[in-house]
Amino acid sequence: MTESSHHPLRDHQPRFQGLDSGHRACQGCGEALAARLVTEAAGPDVIVSNATGCLEVFSTPWPETAWRIPWLHSLFENAASVAAGMEAAMRAQGRDTKVLAFAGDGGTFDIGMRGLSGMLERGHDVLYVCFDNEAYMNTGVQRSSSTPHAAMTTTSPPGRERMGKRHLKKDLLAIVAAHHIPYAATASVAYPSDLRKKVRRAMGVEGPSFLLVHSPCPLGWGHDSALTVQVARLAVQTGLFPLVEMERGSVASVMPIRRPCPVTDYLKLQRRFRHLFADHPRAREELEHLQALADHNIEVYRLAGEEPDPLDTEGADTVRRGGMRYA
Amino acid sequence: MIEIRIHGRGGQGNVVAAYLLATAAIDEGHHAQAFPTFGAERRGAPVAAFVRLAPKPILRRCEVREPHFVIVQDPTLLKNAGVKAGLRPGGRILVNSTRSAGELTERLGVETLSLPAAQLAREHLGRPVPNTALLAAFLALTTVLPVESLLKALQERFRGEVLARNEALVRAAAGTVPQGAWKEVIDAAGA
Amino acid sequence: MPQALEGSQAIARAVALCRPGVVAAYPITPQTHIVENISKLVADGELHCELVSVESEFSAASVVLGAAAAGSRAYTASASQGILLMSEVLYNIAGLRVPLVLTCANRAVSAPLSIWNDHQDSMAVRDAGWIQLYCADNQEAVDTTIQAYRISERLELPVMVCVDGFTLTHTLEPIELPTQAQVDGYLPPYRFSRALDPMRPLSMGELVSPAYFTEVRHTHHVALRGALPEIEAADADWAEVCGRHSGGLVEVVREGEGGGIGILSIGSVTGTFADAAEQYTELPAARLIRLRCFRPFPDEALRAACAGLSDLVVVERALSPGAGGIVGTEVRAALREMDEPPRVHDVAVGLGGRDVPLELYPRLIEVARGEQETRFSILDLEPDKLPEEVR
Repeated sequence: MTESSHHPLRDHQPRFQGLDSGHRACQGCGEALAARLVTEAAGPDVIVSNATGCLEVFSTPWPETAWRIPWLHSLFENAASVAAGMEAAMRAQGRDTKVLAFAGDGGTFDIGMRGLSGMLERGHDVLYVCFDNEAYMNTGVQRSSSTPHAAMTTTSPPGRERMGKRHLKKDLLAIVAAHHIPYAATASVAYPSDLRKKVRRAMGVEGPSFLLVHSPCPLGWGHDSALTVQVARLAVQTGLFPLVEMERGSVASVMPIRRPCPVTDYLKLQRRFRHLFADHPRAREELEHLQALADHNIEVYRLAGEEPDPLDTEGADTVRRGGMRYA
Repeated sequence: MIEIRIHGRGGQGNVVAAYLLATAAIDEGHHAQAFPTFGAERRGAPVAAFVRLAPKPILRRCEVREPHFVIVQDPTLLKNAGVKAGLRPGGRILVNSTRSAGELTERLGVETLSLPAAQLAREHLGRPVPNTALLAAFLALTTVLPVESLLKALQERFRGEVLARNEALVRAAAGTVPQGAWKEVIDAAGA
Repeated sequence: MPQALEGSQAIARAVALCRPGVVAAYPITPQTHIVENISKLVADGELHCELVSVESEFSAASVVLGAAAAGSRAYTASASQGILLMSEVLYNIAGLRVPLVLTCANRAVSAPLSIWNDHQDSMAVRDAGWIQLYCADNQEAVDTTIQAYRISERLELPVMVCVDGFTLTHTLEPIELPTQAQVDGYLPPYRFSRALDPMRPLSMGELVSPAYFTEVRHTHHVALRGALPEIEAADADWAEVCGRHSGGLVEVVREGEGGGIGILSIGSVTGTFADAAEQYTELPAARLIRLRCFRPFPDEALRAACAGLSDLVVVERALSPGAGGIVGTEVRAALREMDEPPRVHDVAVGLGGRDVPLELYPRLIEVARGEQETRFSILDLEPDKLPEEVR
């Protein structure tokens, strides 16, 4: 199949887009990309409960909206509970429209934790998607419990006494998995086909499912807007953000890393880690610490690939269609 | 209007007693109101509940301060739970106790009748819950409502074997006390 | 034929008669019996609805919001700390103009911890944009719950039905329950004009810039003002169905002597004053007025009810510390527009469950006859319990 014959065919099969273009996200916004991918894969028969955050703000400046699916934003900390109510209503009405909950890491790891845990425990048929950009971006880059160790934010600035955030990134997937829900997974905007596959799996699950989507924020992380996908890919390839699927609390599959990269490849692209490259023993120590965290992930999730695999970090990055190869 | 205060301990079915009495009255076409002292008391703590019976709608919602009758479910409360507090002149006290009425009347300085209600309940129900027996005796003494009304109210709560045992208990307890002995208090209250 | 029902049980039955699709609640004294009774109705198959036992009041309010927005009639109940924990969601529900009914089993707010009745909880959220109706007795709690759904769904405004905790929720009394046919004839099936539907996608809860926010707030205010006739109509129409009035906006419970004293109260304490007025025959008969609707504030109906009075004593069950009365302040402002407004005396009683006895009535008359207007005082304060300096 040639390129020229491919495109007209595509025009006849327009993909469903839940989040339309023209919204007001920043250039290179990982969250906008992630939300588009998730809603594309989920399809039109959904209702969305959206937490307060960048996604809500950039998509719905009254009287405009970028959403082509029914969408409700209530508050910061109740996306899961509002979704639970929507799902109860679907059940009461005998409808099988799937309810999605969208929130950032602030609305999930921190302020929304109670409602999320309740929704998971009660077994609502809801797909909860956390767009993880690792800080409170909507309010101007403050640390959250998802912010990686040693990262700079406006409330975890490096200085004479500090090397950025003092604490570790919360292991949310483990907390979610401890609810023994049918399906929980991590995904990344760098691996769209993997992300779509996980959304489709979650859509097919009856009961609560959870997706943590690593979504770089060029503004908050301090990288070039053109590098969003590359930065996201490196987070996976270093082992800092492992792509994992959990079923009923146990690891069901992982995306193997064909050639693990040193964490410095990932860190050096981002201003939020710049202080770690200073000529200072504390900086070197923190770099070693971060490398150790990545190595730990690779070990506990068994991420190291033994031989090339079409679904490992390099295979999954390649799209083959009709003999053509898109990277 | 007749006002009644029921003293007991948390877990003795104090509120149930008040609700049963009011239910019996309402089902007979009277007006009635029943409510507990609202508290955070745990099992075993002294508690009270109130009942008002009247021929017309009851408007007031304050606690019963001057009862015509006091029912005491636990004899250990006679010491210092204030069971006599506010009792109207001529008011009567009914106590779950194995002591004699004369002894209690002398001790409290108020006309008091006793009924071994817990003992009767143990015999009939296998559990020493005094409330139903006391209510049966109260109705027999005052004739404010027919004893059958209590049986009807019990039918709303119990079924089968348990109901039959409760019915037997009601008949036994009602037969233990002098029928209509306290009717004069009701008549004096004009209810 | 009236049934002997505990207030909470009666309210639960009334909710069931309204056929909610989703009920969500978190237990708190004194609301618990309402939700327990609903749970039992569901367990016994007498009510078919999704019962969501949430992990907090915050989620209870959020769940019913999501359910109502997604096209199901929904119900929740709470009290005290629960209402305050919900307060962020309560504002949100009202601002989104989602129809909902919530029972507030009125209770004091901590600290100090008190599980007993006053109105501090619902008064704390009076500006959330909800309709607030205060019930005099359990019959009214039943009837008002049914009316509340009609009001709420016609106007797309949430309604809080305020019921005195314990005093009503835990009191058994005779109740006339309407039939299912009566309720079905009065309350049409739930329909929300902006229900979330994939066939007709719309976005709710958008970010509104200063260019539009003022207009949104204005619209909400106008909608609440417009609710006044709807609340009266809901009561009048329900009376057509079952013959019982619930007091409209402002109810004159008992006529007094001409040109005399009025006592305005809110909630179930009114009954005690009505009884007292019959007992204290030696005292001048006061006109007893009950404010059933507090939000929207029924200024006109209030002025009509107060016409000809020389003195009005407002009896409230909460206060704004550092300012004084809440209801009294608003009543005073509303009556100023009268040609000859009465003096308005403002007192709080029965805070944190302090019993309001018949004996309070002569003290209210005394306040009305005072030389000075009582700006605000806590009438049943017991000064001997206080250190000298705060008496």
